[in-house]
Amino acid sequence: MAIMAGRMVKNGDVIFCGTGLSLIAATVAKKIYAPESIIFFETGGIDTPLPELPLSVADLRVMYGTSINAGLLESFSILGHKKIHTKAFLGGAQIDRFGNLNSTCIGDYWHPSVRLSGSGGGCDAACLAAEVIIFMQHERRRFVEKVDYLTSPGWLSGPEARRKAGMYRGGPSAVVTNLGVMRFDEKTKEIYLSEHHPGVTPQQIQESTGFEIDISRAVESKPVTEEELRLLREEVDPQKLII
Amino acid sequence: MSKGGCKMAKILTLQEAVTTFIKDGSHIAIGGFCTARNPMALTYEIIRQGKKNLHLYVHSHGQAFDLLIGAGSVKRVELAYGGMGRFASTCVRFRKAIQNVDIEWEDYTNYEMTLRFFAGSLGIPFMVTKTSLGSDVLTKEGFRPETRKEYKVVRKKLAVMNSPFSDEGDKVVLVPAINADVAVIHAQYVGEEGTVRIEGLKFTDVEIAKCADKLVVTCERIVPEPYLRQNPDINCLPFFLVDAIVEVPYGAHPTSCFNSYDYDAQHLNMYRRMAEDDGNFNQYLSEWVYGVSSHNEYVARVGIERLLEIKANPAFGFRPGLKRG
Repeated sequence: MAIMAGRMVKNGDVIFCGTGLSLIAATVAKKIYAPESIIFFETGGIDTPLPELPLSVADLRVMYGTSINAGLLESFSILGHKKIHTKAFLGGAQIDRFGNLNSTCIGDYWHPSVRLSGSGGGCDAACLAAEVIIFMQHERRRFVEKVDYLTSPGWLSGPEARRKAGMYRGGPSAVVTNLGVMRFDEKTKEIYLSEHHPGVTPQQIQESTGFEIDISRAVESKPVTEEELRLLREEVDPQKLII
Repeated sequence: MSKGGCKMAKILTLQEAVTTFIKDGSHIAIGGFCTARNPMALTYEIIRQGKKNLHLYVHSHGQAFDLLIGAGSVKRVELAYGGMGRFASTCVRFRKAIQNVDIEWEDYTNYEMTLRFFAGSLGIPFMVTKTSLGSDVLTKEGFRPETRKEYKVVRKKLAVMNSPFSDEGDKVVLVPAINADVAVIHAQYVGEEGTVRIEGLKFTDVEIAKCADKLVVTCERIVPEPYLRQNPDINCLPFFLVDAIVEVPYGAHPTSCFNSYDYDAQHLNMYRRMAEDDGNFNQYLSEWVYGVSSHNEYVARVGIERLLEIKANPAFGFRPGLKRG
């Protein structure tokens, strides 16, 4: 999944890196696919070369060799900047068919069965970035009809919903999981299956999804190569901290 | 002593700083971010002195925040995020406290909390933003209406309006200022008069420092003012805003302090495991908080081996190759 995510980054992209799997996706992208991409963190580290895998967005490893070391005010200014097409890598505990994410709680907000970390910069990125790429583990309990708490807005309830809510731009373009890659229909803004990973069938993906998903357009994704795996294991995460 | 009519910052011990500036029910704004530069030495002392019913303001926290909540010192928290990166995707005692409804909480986003601190530091009632539109952060409130009548609790979580400068309708979110009683931050260096120098990312520490009535800065080293004034471009707070300075080397341990030491990954992993169980968590408090009567005793307990292991390499600001699994 880290490889699939890393492949989405091109040289010249300006990437807002969230926490969790995003950290390894960004490091993979920087070391393997797009060394000229610009990775920045909400904590204020702008264009970090990522010499070692960071374990949090405030890791000292995001402060080294940057263009500037600033703080949250500057980062959020860049995140929403009118002249930059920022791409945000986000994760979540739950996602619905419009790419709305929940990272706040499972169950009732005022008495949750599981309290999660909360928005952090996730909601900010979902509202202000030009584009969002989501990483999730693909499980029925995660891909739900309705999220228990809407932390980070995707397409909300369909086309025009974001504009009506007052946002200038943004919205998710893809969801990368351990089973496949999903994208959002141009017209309806609903998720559909774009790629299934080798060894995974579209039917398996439907079974792992808690709502009906269009699997008719899915093709097999390019397999992970030996070289990609080697780079991941030896250079990106040799201590196996995230993978 | 005073300069230009301002009272000068006092160099205090940890004990004096907490006795003087932290009271039961204090509204405290805490600097640092998750795994980085939390004012831990001060936090341990706050717990040791048995301060209660605290109202905390943080954006993304943190070891200090989780420990205060776990120790039972906290009544309410306003936050954007409770996590410790790969060391704990959700802060353990925070998670339990909310699931048990032991404390009150209010969820904002990182940008919103940052802007709230900023508004407080500017002396204005609110700041404005386009973040959180369409989300439940905007529409769901954690605090009960009765809570909003309490001392210093903001009367409203957020407000939405149309920008008065637009004809077509341009929705904006207003976020209320934070005006804490006291702000606590940990910096690398503070001058003898109080000028503050933070190295690495500042997060929102400068705005946090300025949003409160009083500011306590703990630091790795107190240095002569003239040394800091040779390079004022990299200083971030003028001396006359600081009320108390405490010198506590390794005062952010087990969180990191850029150029000084990396996070103590081993300690953070141990904490997470122990925090899962109430009994083990109390044992952690006994060993690392109540069982040490001074910061020096704490550092001695951490031990020279660990300190050497996490000591930063000046070429990087962190410890390359640190074993972190």
